[in-house]
Amino acid sequence: MTRPASIVVDHATKNFTLRYHRTFKQMAMAAIKRQDISDEFKAVDDVSFTIQQGESVGLMGLNGSGKSTLLKLINGIMKPESGTVQTRGRIAGLIATGAGFHQQLTGRENIYLNAAVLGMTESETRRKFDDIVEFADVGRHLDSPVGHYSSGMFSRLGFAVAIHVDSDIFLADEVLAVGDKPFKQKCMQKMAEIRDGGRTLVYVSHAAASVRKMCDRVIVLESGKVGFDGDVEEGIRYVRYEADEDQEELENEDEELGADI
Amino acid sequence: MTDVTAPPAGRRRQPPVKTPLEERPIRDVEAPLSSPSATTGLLEVFRRHYLLRLLVRREISARYQGSFLGLLWSYINPLSQFVIYYFVMGVIFGLHQGVENFAIHMFCGIVIVHFFNETFSAGTRSIVRNKSLVQKMAMPREMFPVASMLVSAYHLIPELVILVIVGALLGWTPTMAGMAAMVASLVICMVLGTGLALMFATANVFFRDVGNFVSIITNFVRFGVPMMYPYTMVQDRFGEFAELYLWNPISVAVLLFQEAFWVGTTKDPAATAASNLPADLWSYTAIGILMSLVVLAIGQLVFSRTENRIPERL
Ligand SMILES: Nc1ncnc2c1ncn2[C@@H]1O[C@H](COP(=O)(O)OP(=O)(O)O)[C@@H](O)[C@H]1O
Ligand SMILES: [Mg+2]
Repeated sequence: MTRPASIVVDHATKNFTLRYHRTFKQMAMAAIKRQDISDEFKAVDDVSFTIQQGESVGLMGLNGSGKSTLLKLINGIMKPESGTVQTRGRIAGLIATGAGFHQQLTGRENIYLNAAVLGMTESETRRKFDDIVEFADVGRHLDSPVGHYSSGMFSRLGFAVAIHVDSDIFLADEVLAVGDKPFKQKCMQKMAEIRDGGRTLVYVSHAAASVRKMCDRVIVLESGKVGFDGDVEEGIRYVRYEADEDQEELENEDEELGADI
Repeated sequence: MTDVTAPPAGRRRQPPVKTPLEERPIRDVEAPLSSPSATTGLLEVFRRHYLLRLLVRREISARYQGSFLGLLWSYINPLSQFVIYYFVMGVIFGLHQGVENFAIHMFCGIVIVHFFNETFSAGTRSIVRNKSLVQKMAMPREMFPVASMLVSAYHLIPELVILVIVGALLGWTPTMAGMAAMVASLVICMVLGTGLALMFATANVFFRDVGNFVSIITNFVRFGVPMMYPYTMVQDRFGEFAELYLWNPISVAVLLFQEAFWVGTTKDPAATAASNLPADLWSYTAIGILMSLVVLAIGQLVFSRTENRIPERL
């Protein structure tokens, strides 16, 4: 049985510019001294893969290896400079820890705004509002500005909205990094539901145990390139070898869900 | 003790059973494979009108958040400008001699200039102001300048109310031609203001100086339109070069607004229109609308070309 493709990334490359100089004065000084004014580097470098509808993929790699950038390409926030990214259906999720919330708006207003950006209609949001609030569990803070939320509450609210969108693709970028333990378990369970419902899941995490639980496949990024693409266990071993932290992780696998940084 | 000696695997909680991929339902997704960032542009903004409405409402409530007088400021600002200009231009420089109901003549200008300048400058800054959304969510980013324009339009309402009430007290009555002039005038401001905002909004992401530059332009606008002085003065001083003055769509918009609200308050509206408004105002209106549309098209083009780099530069 072949499944339709859900995410097709074809030789995608995304450049970023490191800017050393910003103000006119600095630029002028640099020009006089004949320094390089800008320096480009590839945050995502010639990446290709296809993810089928319903697949659950763990995206792993060191900090700065380009995971969040790749998700931004998939999500459509950014476009690749060369190559293509194609997706099928509605996309929801959390990228680069933390939702696009407005600091001055209350939790309630942000739920509506965020849901609208993710493509939910007004009636759909109304219908799901109570579920979202219950899942986020921010209590009385629902009507205070999210700028005053703790980082845990902030990401809980973002996750709660994203997870209630009826999306075909769900992207989760280090969602569990700031939550507390009960919330992490709730999230894992919800994501498992998403996966088992046939939605495509891309899950970024450093925690091997959670990747093992969630995913059918692991893609490892190394400085923007695909270093490994395949079986979960092999992928985790690959990362460990690269990251050189096997000792620690083997010893307390149970704690790993908690150590998802 | 048993806890310590037990092997780590034994302590592990039973993992939830993972349905193998083959057994998961195949979700029926009708949508074709497509680029996730393809759906942008002004048309898309109006297709997603619910989101646009939320953004406008948000902006309106955010603009005066934490201020005591709140929405009252949108009355106070134009009124204070009005008082200053009235005294400086009218009482001190005596520019309003021979102009009937100069206060209304000037207020028409203030309303239009205020609307255009707000659309232009708030729209230019709108991307930076909404950076938390722009960085994290995929959406047509033209949404923000358009929302700024609609917020400025919302603030027109109290000013229009003032104009209509004062006008009615002085004997103004609505006419078809007047309403047409009002609509044309507002269309010019909306289209031109949004077009310019689109043109400068990306640049403002790269260099925040652009916002300051736009402030300077908006200052020029204040003096470049027949607001503090009557158009007759331009004709007197510049003669045939007054034509050039009318190539500025905002001048035309102000004149149209004066036709809509000021002319009707004078004793002999027909005579006032003949002596104070250019004879071929409507041809200049057509030119102004056309120019505004061209600017909007260029603005959209510039925006589409440059917006890719917005999220990473914020
Ligand atoms: N807006 C940006 N401008 C310049 N460089 C960036 C920008 N965003 C990310 N980077 C760089 O791109 C690389 C990849 O970042 P990221 O995708 O966030 O990595 P990861 O999520 O794997 O930790 C990093 O070196 C980071 O510094
Ligand atoms: Mg990241």
